Amino acid sequence: MSWHQTPIALMAKALAAKEVSSTELTKYFLDRIEAGKHWNAYLDVSAHLSLEQASKADQIISSGKAGKLTGIPVAHKDVFVTRGWKSTAASKMLEGYLSPFDATVVSNLGIPDELNPNGAGMVCLGKTNMDEFAMGSSNENSAYGPVLNPWNSEYVAGGSSGGSAAAVAAGLAPIATGTDTGGSIRQPAAFCGLTGIKPSYGRVSRYGMIAYASSLDQAGPMGKTAEDCALLLTAMSSHDSRDSTSLADSGEDYGRYLTQSWKEGSSNPAKPLEGLRVGLPKEFFADGLAPEVANAVNAAAKALQDLGAKLLEVSLPKTKLSIPVYYVLAPAEASSNLSRFDGVRYGHRANEYRDLSDMYKKSRTEGFGAEVKRRILVGTYVLCHGYYDAYYLQAQKIRRIIAADFQAAFEKCDVILGPVAPDVAWRLGEKSKDPVQMYLEDIYTLSTNLAGLPAMSVPCGFNTSNLPIGMQLIGNYFSEARLLQVAHQYQQNSDWHLRQASEVA
Amino acid sequence: MKLDDVQRIAHLSSLELSQAEAEAVLPQLQAVFALVEEMQAVDTSGLAPLAHPILFLRDLAQPLRNDAVTETDHRAENMQSAPAMQDGYFLVPRVIE
Repeated sequence: MSWHQTPIALMAKALAAKEVSSTELTKYFLDRIEAGKHWNAYLDVSAHLSLEQASKADQIISSGKAGKLTGIPVAHKDVFVTRGWKSTAASKMLEGYLSPFDATVVSNLGIPDELNPNGAGMVCLGKTNMDEFAMGSSNENSAYGPVLNPWNSEYVAGGSSGGSAAAVAAGLAPIATGTDTGGSIRQPAAFCGLTGIKPSYGRVSRYGMIAYASSLDQAGPMGKTAEDCALLLTAMSSHDSRDSTSLADSGEDYGRYLTQSWKEGSSNPAKPLEGLRVGLPKEFFADGLAPEVANAVNAAAKALQDLGAKLLEVSLPKTKLSIPVYYVLAPAEASSNLSRFDGVRYGHRANEYRDLSDMYKKSRTEGFGAEVKRRILVGTYVLCHGYYDAYYLQAQKIRRIIAADFQAAFEKCDVILGPVAPDVAWRLGEKSKDPVQMYLEDIYTLSTNLAGLPAMSVPCGFNTSNLPIGMQLIGNYFSEARLLQVAHQYQQNSDWHLRQASEVA
Repeated sequence: MKLDDVQRIAHLSSLELSQAEAEAVLPQLQAVFALVEEMQAVDTSGLAPLAHPILFLRDLAQPLRNDAVTETDHRAENMQSAPAMQDGYFLVPRVIE
């Protein structure tokens, strides 16, 4: 059985019907991880820990107490701290770091125990590679080497959740967790032909997520289908009193609309999306968008129209400004968050130093990579006395305009449709010399993080070099279940998400 | 931004840059700030800064947890990744002569 091609929704049925055990599934994926090391998708794998969890999952299944996800393997982005597996955020700074606790996302999905009686019963396969501290758009900033794209190993997998994306696309995990600060779930999902969703800010607890930019970071699932993402997101999200930004009513069944018509009571099976208004922001289809991507996204819009949706033009006038606003706010928050890495309580400490302040400096200088240092420098500068008003406060004010622009658009439409990125994956090394050029690649994803809106990436085609193209669906606050419904209806009528890379056996 | 600024913010960031590194990073930072300059033309008078997306949803109440001790002592586990420790304390270079 090709379990690596099986969506977790079907895997759950096979487990419930005892066609396969969690131990068999876990071994299957551990073998594939071993054979697929060249993608560099994983940073830490510990077979005996995974198999121990699988055996517990099998016990839960035989006791008849299994939930929807019990026994299904999952890979976690290395930004989530885990007991057992090392947690490094792909940085030398945290090399070998072992967390004394699990992130809430990890415990919500994991095997239930006395501390965590409501765990979904999934088996951790290991920790996936990422851009260092989640800073990057190509997964070339990992201290442990770049992740290769399973569709073509000369290309980047996308960042910063590139390891999670490559793991699922190469069949080294059936589903994975990611985090999205400026597009880090959606862009690698698009580059690797996956479905991924960044929920509304506050839906998923950030407790135990190694922080990059706290007002933007949000975790979400990356999988093969919208249905799989709905299953994982339902289990991931919960109110968490340990995260002061966690929303009170985060727990809901995000898959409840999947098979329903958009309009309640509508009975035309050929037009399940009748009544849905899809807004196409004109700024998302302007200069800079690769024609092949534009064609694929326009074809997807036409496909939604064929399913009954109405297309209309909307405007998000400050789209271009989301880049400078993001690259002021995110580094500012990062410079503050990363000040905790001082070589005292955990993390790298330099071998030689003169005094305490020299120890801080040398430890941080040796531990952080180039992109992290660059963002810390930018963040420190914009927070300096004298520049604070012109940069940081101005960016926060424009952030309010960007959030308000979305609300104006949502008066006209129910969901917004556009590309995820201006182009498909690029060649390894092609853009790493020019960081600002790389920042421009985030133009369509950043604004939803600034506003805190849910958004997802759905496979919608390939370019002539057979590299995947993703479309982006953006919804209003707390409309994840509706976004997943639109994506699911699209996937019931398309096969882009089912295609396998030829390099993946 | 000038070379002096780079060394000044490196110091404030507790990072060390050699002269060659500072010279290499300067044009990159200048490029970032050229990008950031685009923001200055936007009229934001009368607008309150938005520090956090949840603040945009004014009617959304943020739950507060009870002011109660919930954590137990995990000293040994919390110190397992310390670079230097002795008798349950973190070791740092001498700061008082």
